[in-house]
Amino acid sequence: MEDGDQVVKKFMYMNRKAPYGTIYALESLEVVLIAAAFDQDVSLVFADDGVYQLMKGQDTDDIGMKNFSPTYSALGDYDIKKIYIEKESLEERGLTLADLQELKYEDEDDDWAEKDSIHLVTRAELADVIDAQDVVFSF
Amino acid sequence: MTMLHTVNKSPFERNALDSCISLAKAGSSILLTEDGVVGAMQGTSHSKKIEEAMANISFYVLGPDLKARGLSESNVVNGVKVVDYSGFVDLAADHESVQSWL
Amino acid sequence: MPIEVDGQSYETDEEGYLANLNEWRPELATAMAQADGADLDENHWEVINFLREYYEEYQIAPAVRVLTKAIGKKLGKDKGNSKYLYELFPYGPAKQACKYAGLPKPTGCV
Repeated sequence: MEDGDQVVKKFMYMNRKAPYGTIYALESLEVVLIAAAFDQDVSLVFADDGVYQLMKGQDTDDIGMKNFSPTYSALGDYDIKKIYIEKESLEERGLTLADLQELKYEDEDDDWAEKDSIHLVTRAELADVIDAQDVVFSF
Repeated sequence: MTMLHTVNKSPFERNALDSCISLAKAGSSILLTEDGVVGAMQGTSHSKKIEEAMANISFYVLGPDLKARGLSESNVVNGVKVVDYSGFVDLAADHESVQSWL
Repeated sequence: MPIEVDGQSYETDEEGYLANLNEWRPELATAMAQADGADLDENHWEVINFLREYYEEYQIAPAVRVLTKAIGKKLGKDKGNSKYLYELFPYGPAKQACKYAGLPKPTGCV
């Protein structure tokens, strides 16, 4: 896909780990925010234990670590509008979308209307989304 | 001899909890910490293992790690006891040895 | 090098960013600006306060592009452009204003 002189590639960040026990979740978020400056076609996936990253009501006061979950709400400001959650991963964990934060973006082309960034997809649908990417980063 | 086993990895990601349950002797205790706390939750595809093992083994979960992950104490498998850090210390002191599963 | 304000000392990193966000006071921003040879007016404060609110909500300092867009939305189009922000903060709006606001250096900042 060409956008002026610039080549736009499809980049996907695949998040599969619970937060806080390892550094993967935070590292992924930082890379996503930095790479957002490059104006590429970015999507995020939360699958397997990665779905825990978006749990509502995280409170890290007692474990002495920074709670970075509020930062996911800023992704819309960084023009990251495609966030895929794998349905089976939620089900295996007894969770539903209602347990997760809502993530929104404002659509420039539609009078800044707020729209949902989150797409609930099945494993089979996710396989197709992954297949269409140029680059997939694994965290 | 009573042993306290600690598991700090998610059962969805590693089989440490499985191995721990199958090798823990009756009368011993298992404490779930860090990402291991997700194994304590009700209604997951792993909940049944804890429910079954609870007949012979006492289960504990570290409250601060639940709270950090937005997991509610009221949604842990029935019979799993929530402890804080000083409860962790008491458990370690009350058992003859501590085995950390990686 | 620590900053001294009213006889109290505040820890900073090697680039002059405040080590502990919670220690921030408006007087610190004024002192940092004076060290850079600048006086803060209400337009500077608007941006500094905006950054502190943004951090409070999202736990990050916004990238300059995000800051520009958000300022435009909140304070009006005439302020939501890099010319305006660079005039206020010639060392780079994200970098310099974040420093005065007591925030860490923005992730991937320019």
